[in-house]
Amino acid sequence: MTVETKQPYNDEYISRFSSSRNEPEWMKELRQQALSQSESLDMPKPDKTGIKNWDFDTYVHEVEGEKISALGSLPASVAALIDADNAPNLYIQRNNSAAYLALSEKWSEQGVIFTDIFTALQQHGDLVKRFYMKDAVNIDEDRLTALHAALMNGGVFVYVPKNVVVDEPLQTIFWQEDDKVASFNHILIVAEANSAVTYVENSVSHNADQATFANVVTEVIAGDNANVSYGAVDNYAAGTTVYAKRRGVAYRDARIDWAIGQMNDGNTISEHITHLIGDNSGSEAKSVVVGRGKQIQNFTTNIIHFGKNSVGSILSHGVMKDQASSVFNGIGKIEHGASKSDATQETRVLMLSQGARGDANPILLIDEDDVVAGHAASVGRVDPLQLYYLMSRGITKHEAERLIIHGFLAPVVNQLPIETVKNQLTQVIEGKVN
Amino acid sequence: MAGSVLEIKDLHVSIEDKEILKGVNLTIKSGEFHAVMGPNGTGKSTLASAIMGHPKYEVTGGSITLDGEDVLEMEVDERARAGLFLAMQYPSEISGVTNADFLRSSINARREEGDEISLMKFIKEMDEAMDFLEMDKNMAQRYLNEGFSGGEKKRNEILQLLMMKAEIGILDEIDSGLDIDALKVVAKGINKLRDENFGCLIITHYQRLLNYIEPDFVHVMMQGRVVKSGGSELSQRLEAEGYDWIKKELNIEDETINA
Repeated sequence: MTVETKQPYNDEYISRFSSSRNEPEWMKELRQQALSQSESLDMPKPDKTGIKNWDFDTYVHEVEGEKISALGSLPASVAALIDADNAPNLYIQRNNSAAYLALSEKWSEQGVIFTDIFTALQQHGDLVKRFYMKDAVNIDEDRLTALHAALMNGGVFVYVPKNVVVDEPLQTIFWQEDDKVASFNHILIVAEANSAVTYVENSVSHNADQATFANVVTEVIAGDNANVSYGAVDNYAAGTTVYAKRRGVAYRDARIDWAIGQMNDGNTISEHITHLIGDNSGSEAKSVVVGRGKQIQNFTTNIIHFGKNSVGSILSHGVMKDQASSVFNGIGKIEHGASKSDATQETRVLMLSQGARGDANPILLIDEDDVVAGHAASVGRVDPLQLYYLMSRGITKHEAERLIIHGFLAPVVNQLPIETVKNQLTQVIEGKVN
Repeated sequence: MAGSVLEIKDLHVSIEDKEILKGVNLTIKSGEFHAVMGPNGTGKSTLASAIMGHPKYEVTGGSITLDGEDVLEMEVDERARAGLFLAMQYPSEISGVTNADFLRSSINARREEGDEISLMKFIKEMDEAMDFLEMDKNMAQRYLNEGFSGGEKKRNEILQLLMMKAEIGILDEIDSGLDIDALKVVAKGINKLRDENFGCLIITHYQRLLNYIEPDFVHVMMQGRVVKSGGSELSQRLEAEGYDWIKKELNIEDETINA
């Protein structure tokens, strides 16, 4: 079963777009090949969610955005994300333009690259080519992924050389100021051996009614003994249909930890996979979701163990209200040979209204004997005994529910390393659940 | 406000259609410490839960008033704001909510809007109370009761009691699962509150706690009723002789509810 999509952007358009961005030849070819592949590939098939009637076709591919000369001039919704007095490493993309970029000298001196994807392609083309859609996400996984490769129109490249420990967060904001603009953002994070980096990203749009499409791919590569801590808050408005792919690859002794706030208001498919390739590698994948209105969402979080003694844990917490409906698939997979590995997962869904739907599917796939694995899953309402306990201290029912919900979503909020991003996520949650 | 009175009259309470309390009468005034004792399964904890408004318990008859106000008409949070506090036997664990945030919300719930406790004053009071109860300061930032040991949970209940300044405190088996040192600390916390503005109902089935908190009145519950009341000498006799003499005196064969 395939879904027909009318692709409004053809080979000629893509070739022109690539040239206008001064891309290296290999990138133009990659795009063109991806476009032709997309025509024969199937649409993704998220488990238990029908996407036949979703709108993946309405969008404008390229909209320029003005440069940002001073952080003080930003609108409140974007400004709230930034600590303007202390944002030494910050990239803001406005529509499809790199609008603001700062990277502290102490990092650039050590060879750290933190720049928009187009500048990276021009200045560090070979480096990007080594990793771009190779080890993490493949172009031909499905039609939308191929389309992403063909139409990539924004994103960021982070490169941390060997032995460099970046101990300040790098912050990115993808600001879709225009209501029609599509995000085909590509986030590529490469941490070489023994390096460390913390990356925090916000995606913001305001198109409550106007339809558009976000088809975003994130690739995180952690070399031997590297440590990547990734935080993100997706906050696309109701008009945006979202297809988000996040993929991590961890080599020997490496760690990739994810904290993702999925706060989109539109229909969303999120597929999040971490490959624990190396021995002793590890990953914690935490995500929280609030669904409301008539939103339909599908979340897959998957950690695949190849390395011996690899440790993966998945935590997904979702709050569903109104008529929102979500499927949560948590998959821990231990391949043959990954002995002494440990795969755990916890998926919990809190239902706030009668009409909401939540489906938690914990899955363990284990091809090795000598491992530890466990899962917990639940779908339910706010626990009446927790409510009773809080109310017995004089806290009103409404406030007690609020505390319980915020507490339920705290695992991701607390892990975000930038105070402003943390506060803003708390406020988004507040706005959504009330 | 001195002189609160909690009055329980002919209280009947059921859980899942099974009658547990079969007509309890009890009056607790400010300044008084009452102990309710009795073997397991006689309705002591049900009494505590019914006063606070536990969702599983249904009051089928009788009345509870606090200073003449109908407690049974109040929501759980209203009962707390009216001045009742229940230190629970099994406090809920609430992930993601820090102990300190919860305590501050609780204190502010009893105060008028605009008259919230300042952060500085709150921290100072909490620090003092935690010192007094010999609690690890880290517990302020831990999630509410999550991963707390039995003893830590009980101390945390007393911490709340100390800080919330209730008029009537009800302690539901606060001594269960405590070692002797923890028991002494908990008792010290409760004794600190003893004054003319505070009344207390202590539910226990061990005399042990009453060695450290001397009750003014002792009541024995059997078969869902208060069957005997007296002074602190009653609890001492129970300690020495057990409950059999009461059963004999009152012609009770099996003291539990199912009798």
